[in-house]
Amino acid sequence: MTTLRVALVGNPNSGKTALFNLLTGSRQKVANYPGVTVEKKSGVFRVDQDKKWEILDLPGAYSFDTDSLDELITKDVCLGNVAGEKEPDFIVCVVDATNLRLHLRFALEVRSLGIPMVVALNMSDAARARGIKIDVATLSEKLGVKVIETVAVRKNGADGLIAEMKQNLPNVGAITTDSMDYHAEVREIISDCVVMPSRTSRTDDVLDRIFLHPVAGLLILALTMFLMFQAVFSWAAPFMDMIDFGIGSLGSAVEITLPEGPLRDLIVEGLIGGVGSVVIFLPQILLLFLFILVLEESGYLPRAAFLLDRFMVGAGLSGRSFIPLLSSFACAIPGIIATRTIQDPKDRITTILVAPLMTCSARLPVYALLIAAFIPDQTVLGLFNLQGITLFALYAAGIVSALIVSFVMKRVRRGLHTQSLLLELPSYRLPSARDVLIGLWERGRLFIARVGTIILSITVVLWVLSTYPTPPEGWVGVPIDYSIAGRIGHAIEWIFQPLGFNWQICVALIPGLAAREVAVSALGTVYAISAAVEDPTAQLLPIVSVDWSFATGMSLLVWYIFAPQCLATLAVIKKETQSWKVVSIATTYLFGLAYLASLLVYQIFS
Amino acid sequence: MENKYLSGMKLGQLATIKSVNQHSTDDSIARRLRNLGFVEGEEVRLISYGPLGQDPLLVQIGFTRFALRSSEAHRVEIH
Repeated sequence: MTTLRVALVGNPNSGKTALFNLLTGSRQKVANYPGVTVEKKSGVFRVDQDKKWEILDLPGAYSFDTDSLDELITKDVCLGNVAGEKEPDFIVCVVDATNLRLHLRFALEVRSLGIPMVVALNMSDAARARGIKIDVATLSEKLGVKVIETVAVRKNGADGLIAEMKQNLPNVGAITTDSMDYHAEVREIISDCVVMPSRTSRTDDVLDRIFLHPVAGLLILALTMFLMFQAVFSWAAPFMDMIDFGIGSLGSAVEITLPEGPLRDLIVEGLIGGVGSVVIFLPQILLLFLFILVLEESGYLPRAAFLLDRFMVGAGLSGRSFIPLLSSFACAIPGIIATRTIQDPKDRITTILVAPLMTCSARLPVYALLIAAFIPDQTVLGLFNLQGITLFALYAAGIVSALIVSFVMKRVRRGLHTQSLLLELPSYRLPSARDVLIGLWERGRLFIARVGTIILSITVVLWVLSTYPTPPEGWVGVPIDYSIAGRIGHAIEWIFQPLGFNWQICVALIPGLAAREVAVSALGTVYAISAAVEDPTAQLLPIVSVDWSFATGMSLLVWYIFAPQCLATLAVIKKETQSWKVVSIATTYLFGLAYLASLLVYQIFS
Repeated sequence: MENKYLSGMKLGQLATIKSVNQHSTDDSIARRLRNLGFVEGEEVRLISYGPLGQDPLLVQIGFTRFALRSSEAHRVEIH
């Protein structure tokens, strides 16, 4: 079977990825280019029995004359300069027919590489609807490469392109002539081949006037975010209950099937329990991704970045940091992965470092336990519930400290850094269901792959630590007390004594490193509540509220605002930044803040 | 006559670009602006401001809208 390599290149917002989805469907692979965090997407198009094309969706680029990592990768792949990547046999350069002034310039740059290529004149239907007339034959002639109209969001929208490629691939003439001034050449081509009634779409004008309005725009943004959170937390609940039930049943099934012994305990408590505690957040994360994808595809996200940029810059971040931080309210891991859209490396690192301060949903079980145990359920000022206010304060404390931390980071490296926004606000579009679903599938898979492998190994290690060595005959305490984790807990007790943590809390902190909410079940174990109990929180509540002082409760609450009690997050930071330095900075400053804040709170209240 | 810049334009104003100035040697932002179409002779229109402190700016060049911080827009000199 012969395989030809076809690279899709084009500007961001050219519909390149939609075309890629149309050509490859679900036969896609996502990986990283070696040594960098730039996504490598490839897929297969089967031509016939003995021919197929390997299609690469290269990162969107405005120019090859660049410092941007994404654009350099695109250039290097085209030129065959990336280790392990054969240069493409053929390039499909995707341009947006409604935005030729910008996109043709890049097409000319691509042409100068001298690789056989065709130009896919995408969104030709939208161009026609706006009254833009393009003389395709003359355009082909002027460019010296074949131009084919495509509509990537329509089912048969690439048939012409496929037919052309089948017929001529790879023997399409390459052009090596280079023009000195791409802009001048584009202007000339457009005046020869394109007639357009107006420069912008009327829909865009009207929508931008509403969505970017200083008051209405911000209100709409706030409302959108509010709806998104409502949906993430309320719609996901039944699915999470289902997963919870499924994990419980799986655990019981294994418990019945396997003979009693360490293997059974490892599988039930370690693997199923540990991995389950993270998988349970999948519905929330998928819903969050769904919202973000729809906002992204519709063209609204860059508008949100525009509206918030000034506020974020004041705090040392950028408008582009908004979505990653927003995602971190569900879970820091998708948030950290989403920082890939921040081009400026310094802004990206800052965003990654403060993402764990956003209150993720794994903290909620811990907060729920402590608030129920220590904050009276009473109404203050005749309107507000004190428990609700406390929860709100915990969220606010996370946000405020993130702003302070990023502000300090900006001060520390002042002068070294020219911040840049330079963001294109593309035309508004109705998101296509296919592209949203493929995107959702891809991100869900990435989350599972990232978390699955990490969590699996962490939970096994933590389970072993909390189980072995097993206590001897006649041991009076709880078994975990005798284990390595128990001993570590006791050994570090003196460190946490000033924070008001007793040895039970210290011991529970160790298995709680798997994920924050595991601390609740770990406390259950320490206080010898049977693991079979349905709702450990209800059982723990009376014990905790009697056994701990108010100051201890508050101190632990504050600890969870800051402490990086989630090894998976740290592991993802390592994967995404390829830097131990960033991981150690994150770990140190988060533990430092947690310790100081808890110390302060305990000393004040005790 | 005083130099005029994109950053000093009025809302809705249409202007022709005179040049994109480097603020340092090998100014990557200036280079980026040129690659995005901010070149001599192009018409540019100021569409909108961000909600706080007239920053960032929303400008239209060619068929495309870009959000620029005023520090970036200050590199674009207009007639």
